[in-house]
Amino acid sequence: MARKIKMIMAKPGLDGHDRGAKLLTRICAEAGMEVVYTGLRQTPEMIVAAAEQECADVIGLSSLSGVHNYFFPRVAELMKQRGLDHVLLVGGGIIPEEDYDFLKESGMAAIFGPGTPTAEIVSFIRNNVRRR
Amino acid sequence: MFDEKALEKIRAGKEKWEQGPVAQAHSRSSERKPIFTTISGTPVGRLYTPLDVKGLDYERDLGYPGEFPFTRGVQPTMYRGRYWTVRQYAGFGDARSTNERYRHMLAQGQTGLSVAFHLPTQAGYDSDHPLSMGEVGKVGVAIDHIGDMRILFDQIPLDKVTTSMTMNAPAIVLVSMYLVIAQEQGVAWDKVGGTIQNDVLKEIICRGQYIYPPRKSMRLAIDLIEFCGKNVPKWNPISISGYHIREAGSTAAQEMAFTIADGIAYTEACIERGMEVDSFAPRLSFFFNAFTNVLEEVAKFRAGRRYWAKVMRDRFKAKDPRSMMLRFHVQTGGVSLTAQQPLNNIVRVAFQAYATALGGAQSLHTNSFDEALCLPTQQAATIALRTQQIVAEESGAADTVDPLAGSYYVENMTDRIEAEIDDYIQKIDAMGGSLAAIEQGYIQKEILESSYRFQKELESGERVYVGVNKYVMEEPSPTGLLKVDMAVGEMKAAELKEHRAQRDHAKWKAALDELRRVSMTDENVMPCVIEAVKAKATVGEICDVWRDLYGEYRPKEFVY
Repeated sequence: MARKIKMIMAKPGLDGHDRGAKLLTRICAEAGMEVVYTGLRQTPEMIVAAAEQECADVIGLSSLSGVHNYFFPRVAELMKQRGLDHVLLVGGGIIPEEDYDFLKESGMAAIFGPGTPTAEIVSFIRNNVRRR
Repeated sequence: MFDEKALEKIRAGKEKWEQGPVAQAHSRSSERKPIFTTISGTPVGRLYTPLDVKGLDYERDLGYPGEFPFTRGVQPTMYRGRYWTVRQYAGFGDARSTNERYRHMLAQGQTGLSVAFHLPTQAGYDSDHPLSMGEVGKVGVAIDHIGDMRILFDQIPLDKVTTSMTMNAPAIVLVSMYLVIAQEQGVAWDKVGGTIQNDVLKEIICRGQYIYPPRKSMRLAIDLIEFCGKNVPKWNPISISGYHIREAGSTAAQEMAFTIADGIAYTEACIERGMEVDSFAPRLSFFFNAFTNVLEEVAKFRAGRRYWAKVMRDRFKAKDPRSMMLRFHVQTGGVSLTAQQPLNNIVRVAFQAYATALGGAQSLHTNSFDEALCLPTQQAATIALRTQQIVAEESGAADTVDPLAGSYYVENMTDRIEAEIDDYIQKIDAMGGSLAAIEQGYIQKEILESSYRFQKELESGERVYVGVNKYVMEEPSPTGLLKVDMAVGEMKAAELKEHRAQRDHAKWKAALDELRRVSMTDENVMPCVIEAVKAKATVGEICDVWRDLYGEYRPKEFVY
């Protein structure tokens, strides 16, 4: 039997809105993944360390406070430095579409805006995760 | 309200109608769904009649506005006397740009201010703290010290305008700053009016801007309530908030129930402090959400008013009617806004504002249509303001008090929500109160369950969101969104460096030392906070004193 997909769900920065992160944690788990939600106020270092420790296949970032352009690329950069290039990095929240290109160039595999069906997120992860 | 004979007649009539016309209609085509529910999942019947309110006693359950149990409103004439306060939540960038926005809004007919602080201030960090990186000025205004506060209220007379501040863990610091600015303007504290959120319990439940462990947070919250009670009598020293509980996914009844549970916890803590219930309860204020289901929202507000009145009278033995009044601010539902076809949000907000007016709120913030995309642009903020003005001055909702009273449906829903509130309060009492229920994660779990149920309904199509899961269309990506300049962070960091270099170091140190000393005793810390603020201590420095003494709250991580 294949190992379960392992996911870290994280809230970078000081944003406290985690309804979406908590919901996705549960929904991804119900879809057969093993998910750790880190809670609020995570620095990029904390997020990447958690991914290393858990041997995660996916990192999901959530931001609703407008700090995505600051935090998401830093997480991507740190992953590169730690040799976690194989880990799928996705994000979501209140993120204007005009920022999507910049974020994808910075290493995000996908950005999911408000109203995205969770099934779409689950299937994106399944189809794009690289299993070790 | 109906005698048994009249009810019997209605019962027979209804049965006949169900077996006749309803059955016939059904045989032609069935109803749209087998079960109809509100957005909160409460079943909704086909038709409500006197049979559904048969236990209702007008004088006991509804009474008159301004009188116990306040179901119909907290003031005798409500909006016939004065409209609710139009209080739009705003703040971004530095104090100067927010001050300009405030003065513009006041000139446009807004009647009160509501300060949105950026997250570092809310979490008790200065703008140059490593955790503040990327956050400075983003979702609110950056306030680090008294100098920022002075600019924020420049040319705004604090005896003429009331101000609401969404500030919780460091609430006592920001109110201290506000009072110092009032002094500088020559305004006596008994002339200063406004509201501080100061509701740390719901930060732990769902909003996330906590700093200290729950019981230590409570100490600071109660210090603030006690100090304001004695010195700033027109100030609402807490705004017990269901808004964020609803945003996090609760139902309407849960929003009201958990907020009232928190209200009970604060009341108990004040009494434990030695305060007499009627000395502080009249200044307890509340903050709720309004979703698009107008009738459910109205029932929620009415049920909450009636239940709180009974709690204060029966549980806490309050004598002053003002202690029994659930006075509240409303903000329209942030989560109800869609990023898809965002102009539709104007309509949602209008319904929500209408529900608020029919529900008898004391003040209102209407969201801007672009808030699922970014912070509001000036144009969107103006439409939100105008929406309130249309509801107030065109819709007629403000011309008579509690116009939906007597509706069989609304009265039935009011009773049902009140019963649900009571169930929760009994459960939470059995756990040892709100603080214990939060520590056990009970309230958080109940909210998560509701948000999960809602998400499932949304994704199955059972719950319609126009533009999201029905009537979807291709649209160009939105343009003209508000962006906050990242340079605010660098500017603030440089300014802080100068601020720290230029202040009287000895005076600053003495003030912080004294704050530390008093914080270890049972004395009220607020006078020392005021001195520290005057000595130019920053929000971060003051909060660090307590971080050091009280420790920091860390919720348990969860794994599925």
